[in-house]
Amino acid sequence: MKFEAIVIGLSSGGMSAMKMMFSILPKDFGIPIVIVQHINANSNGFWIKFLNDNSNLNIKEADEKEKIMPGNIYIAPPNYHLLIEKNKTFSLTIDERVNFARPSIDVLFETAAETYKEKLIGIVLTGANQDGTEGIKHIKEFGGLAIIQDPETAESSYMPASAMAAIKADYILPLAEIIALLIKIDQQKN
Amino acid sequence: MEISLLLEAVYQKYGYDFRQYSQAHIGRRVRNRMALSGINDISQIQSKVLEDKEFAYQLLQDLSITVTEMFRDPEFYKSLRKNVIPILKTYPFIKIWHAGCATGEEAYSMAILLQEEGLYDRTTIYATDFNQLALNRAKEGIFSNKVIKEYTLNYQLMEGKKSFSSYYTSSYDHVIMNQSLKKNIVWANHNLVTDSVFAEVNLILCRNVLIYFDHDLQNKVQKLFYNSLIGGGVLCLGSKESLHFSTLEEKYSVLDKNQRIFKKKY
Repeated sequence: MKFEAIVIGLSSGGMSAMKMMFSILPKDFGIPIVIVQHINANSNGFWIKFLNDNSNLNIKEADEKEKIMPGNIYIAPPNYHLLIEKNKTFSLTIDERVNFARPSIDVLFETAAETYKEKLIGIVLTGANQDGTEGIKHIKEFGGLAIIQDPETAESSYMPASAMAAIKADYILPLAEIIALLIKIDQQKN
Repeated sequence: MEISLLLEAVYQKYGYDFRQYSQAHIGRRVRNRMALSGINDISQIQSKVLEDKEFAYQLLQDLSITVTEMFRDPEFYKSLRKNVIPILKTYPFIKIWHAGCATGEEAYSMAILLQEEGLYDRTTIYATDFNQLALNRAKEGIFSNKVIKEYTLNYQLMEGKKSFSSYYTSSYDHVIMNQSLKKNIVWANHNLVTDSVFAEVNLILCRNVLIYFDHDLQNKVQKLFYNSLIGGGVLCLGSKESLHFSTLEEKYSVLDKNQRIFKKKY
């Protein structure tokens, strides 16, 4: 299979969704995953370490200029936008909030779409905000695969519903089935 | 590809050099400007930049990030008070450089901290930016009531010694910073990308500027900072910035790893 990266956006309800995802994904999951979770600006990033300490996966805060490597899960640091450069490295910025959010899902998704094009999977999960809608549109325009959490099964339905209204998603599924699908895609790749 | 042609044109015509900035960042800002101005392709924006000076300066504003706060990252200011102020106290005269000061919030924060520590009268703060509009606003020292609430909270979190409201005068929907805070701040136009050393200083603060630059430009600016600091001088970077990829890393010792505060070795 062709996919080189997965980007995921979460807002309210995101913590329990991530915990579930990280407990199911196998240790050898290959495709790199990049995540924006809306979080309080003064949070110090300790929660990312906490997630890593309680998982088999390699979960870390994305560093500026860091090269995106298979087998890693990267999370945007609080109070910075996370962008992906053409050379598949990260940039961080302190630009204005987008959709009241920094980090913003749209910012990650738009720059990821331009870099990975049809080799990107974009996923919008639980949230009470419309961040991610423009970004997932962008991912579709560049030929990527769009997956949205079935709003009825999301802790907060607004964000996935907003994304659903904007595009024709490739998959609309409950979280457990999204995870199963990702595992299947990743195994086909190997 | 085409964005790099646009940046080349901006540099050749106006002397502002964004060629070594984060391309993903510049791309977003340029596309936002195109959407706002109803421009559909890059070649069109390029000719508009070359022909229309006002539009070019608008684009410069778009590419210049002026997002800042007073006492942004209160933990950083606590560390400044604890780890850097004692060093500054050993000097008869103190020179501080805020590189990329934007609208001046951090320079005012520093002036407040120095006043509280009894150091301000023997200090000169050079606050520089390439964005003249931002500098003009910084000089005025007028901030909206809306942001003052947030700044007050930051000030309390960094354990400020007074009431924050004693540092400004309220007027309608904004506040004016006290004249006594402004008197030793020199606001000056300086471009980190194209300008060179202008003073020897005891302390440099450049927070969340280098993240916008590529490795080569980061290294070049790090060299500029190194050459501008006296031996034993202190360098403060943003919370996600480091000296890791700089050839100068070994020429500094670490004063506070988490808050990214470094001391130039003698």
